[in-house]
Amino acid sequence: MLHSQKEMSENKPGFLTGTRNHVLDLDDFSLEELDLLFTTTDEMHTVLNQDKKKLAVLQGKIIVTLFCEPSTRTRLSFEEAGKILGADVINISSQGSSVEKGESLLNTMLTIQATGADIIIIRHPHSGAPHFIARHLNSSKVINAGDGLHAHPTQALSDLYTMKSHLGHLANRKVVIVGDILHSRVARSNLWGLLLIGARVVLCGPPTLLPKEFLRGDHRKNGHHLAKIEVEMNLDKAIEGAAAIMALRLQTERQDDGFLPSLREYSKMYAITPERLKTAQTRAILMHPGPMNEGVEISPDVAHGPQSVIEEQVNNSVAIRMSLLKLLLNPTGKIQ
Amino acid sequence: MKNSLLIRKTRIIDPSSRTDMIGDILILNNEIAEIRKEIRESEIPIDCAVVEGEGLIACPGFIDLHCHLREPGYEDKETILTGSQAAAKGGFTTICCMPNTNPPIDNAAMVHFIKGKSIEANLVRVLPIGCVSKGRAGLELAEMWEMAEAGVIGFSDDGNPVGNPNLMRQALSYAKMLNVPIIDHCEEQTLTKNAVVNEGAVSNRLGLKGWPNEAEESMVARDIALAELTGGKLHLAHITTAYSVELVAAAKKRGVQVTAETTPHHMTLTENWVLGHKHSKESIQFLGPDAYNPTTKVNPPLRTEQDRQALVNGIREGIIDAIATDHAPQTFMGKVDTYTSAEWGISGLETALSSLLGLVHKGELDLMTLVTRLTTGPISILGTSYEEIGSLRKGTTADIVLFDPDRKWVVKAGEFASKGKHSPLEGIELRGKLVLSIVAGKPIYSSIDKIKIEVEEKMNE
Repeated sequence: MLHSQKEMSENKPGFLTGTRNHVLDLDDFSLEELDLLFTTTDEMHTVLNQDKKKLAVLQGKIIVTLFCEPSTRTRLSFEEAGKILGADVINISSQGSSVEKGESLLNTMLTIQATGADIIIIRHPHSGAPHFIARHLNSSKVINAGDGLHAHPTQALSDLYTMKSHLGHLANRKVVIVGDILHSRVARSNLWGLLLIGARVVLCGPPTLLPKEFLRGDHRKNGHHLAKIEVEMNLDKAIEGAAAIMALRLQTERQDDGFLPSLREYSKMYAITPERLKTAQTRAILMHPGPMNEGVEISPDVAHGPQSVIEEQVNNSVAIRMSLLKLLLNPTGKIQ
Repeated sequence: MKNSLLIRKTRIIDPSSRTDMIGDILILNNEIAEIRKEIRESEIPIDCAVVEGEGLIACPGFIDLHCHLREPGYEDKETILTGSQAAAKGGFTTICCMPNTNPPIDNAAMVHFIKGKSIEANLVRVLPIGCVSKGRAGLELAEMWEMAEAGVIGFSDDGNPVGNPNLMRQALSYAKMLNVPIIDHCEEQTLTKNAVVNEGAVSNRLGLKGWPNEAEESMVARDIALAELTGGKLHLAHITTAYSVELVAAAKKRGVQVTAETTPHHMTLTENWVLGHKHSKESIQFLGPDAYNPTTKVNPPLRTEQDRQALVNGIREGIIDAIATDHAPQTFMGKVDTYTSAEWGISGLETALSSLLGLVHKGELDLMTLVTRLTTGPISILGTSYEEIGSLRKGTTADIVLFDPDRKWVVKAGEFASKGKHSPLEGIELRGKLVLSIVAGKPIYSSIDKIKIEVEEKMNE
């Protein structure tokens, strides 16, 4: 089910060897899989630029999305991706389904599987919910569309794709992730991908929003897979010479929960502003996984400025999700 | 002669008399009639049942200071009967049950209910623990004197800590008069909001909220200070961290009346098991197929290898007085869920001995120490009136267990006697297995065919 270290060292991408059934995180991705995914995504962009955006490559396939948390862009882009590829996409949300009547997650999933779903795309507030489901399902494949604080692999894939398309290579280039690292599944998934392609990763945020492991430097020991991750609490230092900056959403509840003195102070210390952006590389790109709190973690003039690739991230996320669905459900099929 | 049993040529380990020898044990009625190197044929009654003990180890029945029997209120998770059966199968001939039932055991009538049910079950000795506070609400003291009169062996709001320091002070002071301990579940809950695993590399890896060591240690320190203030007896439930062990050691040195227990799972498993790893050497980069399996979800959470070693060391040196299972059975569905939603607890009575023997096989612990922490250790907390059940001396009540230290078996939680049919050790091969449990001279569980029939007959009487 989950890839072992040995399987990962094989050169053929898991999509083609039949060893990849699920996309639960990027922790088990190989460079070969990433390459195949990105080339397929290029092709998907060609489709998206066509007048008639409709393919038959996933005709007859059933995709079910189950969202137990609010979402605009992830859900919309998955639905769009599935429909463009010709699959039937059915959306379920916890509201208005039997989940609300107290049906267990397992039973809901077994029901969806029994209706013949080829793939289940799930977003859930609990970390590991997709792993739990994947462990209990035997025919439906599972894609994680965000689980608790744990992972958001499809967002990270589209972030990586966005960075690669702007910056070319990322090896040894500085990528800064700024904000609420502690509660960020986007950051956690991005770490896997960024380390895989050899980027230099700097995490930046106040100490109360950094995991204890990073804060104390416990990860910087030999043999730890995150040993190269740098932590810098001062944004001005972190951003200096960066090739890409990723601002994370700050949930406004964090102030009430005692993580922060005030949003005002947070904004002064950690908002991406035009002045701060100037110290990064000249052609550095600015990213945000959305939804944004403009004026808190990012100032409006940079969010919509020339270095912002935020809308492109959304556009790329449709292409990435198309290519993921295609590679999982019909890996050898012709696109057009 | 009915009600007689001879265990022959077995290795006898009795910490109460520092005995470790090969010998015979003769049980007549409910007592140990004779115990020595060799009992002559002429001394053995006619029709005496005989167990060949070669290769086996006999010791006093184990005493579990901490288990959850769930009755009343949660009979779908466990009952006093099924919990007693699980205890019998695991070699625990005396178990102390926590009062977090529904309603909670916070008054004398409830104590009598538990005792009545345990007499009906007629298997192991069940010693109730009463609540510290009415309704376990942490506001007012429960009627402790009356519960002590009814036979509780200590007081605890287990599952919850005694959060309010002033209430803890009063409880320790009042319990001192009654000469019983306050058993505290040490968890500073403002530090553990929504936490489900140890805080550190694993919580960060899995995106689960972390339960820091310091949430335990800060309350251990507070409780020790309050025990010193009041002179009351403090027993720390399931301590799990290296610094907690140090705090207990320092407090004992100061002469504070403090004792402590830890659990078989905290002594044998680490937080890496939550990643689905069954060996500590695997890199945390990769998840095993059992990642996020809530069979590992337990409060306090599984800790690091350093903490585990410190606990084993604490047990070895006697800083930690007792090993207690914290047997916490849940329904099957309660453990088939996301890690966050799933219920807390490990169903541990039936795997405790075997997993602890694993430490003996690895050379981390010697047998005498292990048996001490399962017998005279707990007795030292229960008090001298219970001394007899923790000893194999001639003339004492025959609470005895016999186990094969080398027999291998594979854990199948579905076959547990407990209703808690879940275990982090599912599918794991353990070495060492209980073969016979005897309470007051009466076999209550055995895997030996001959004795098994006798046990079954007695059950059907």
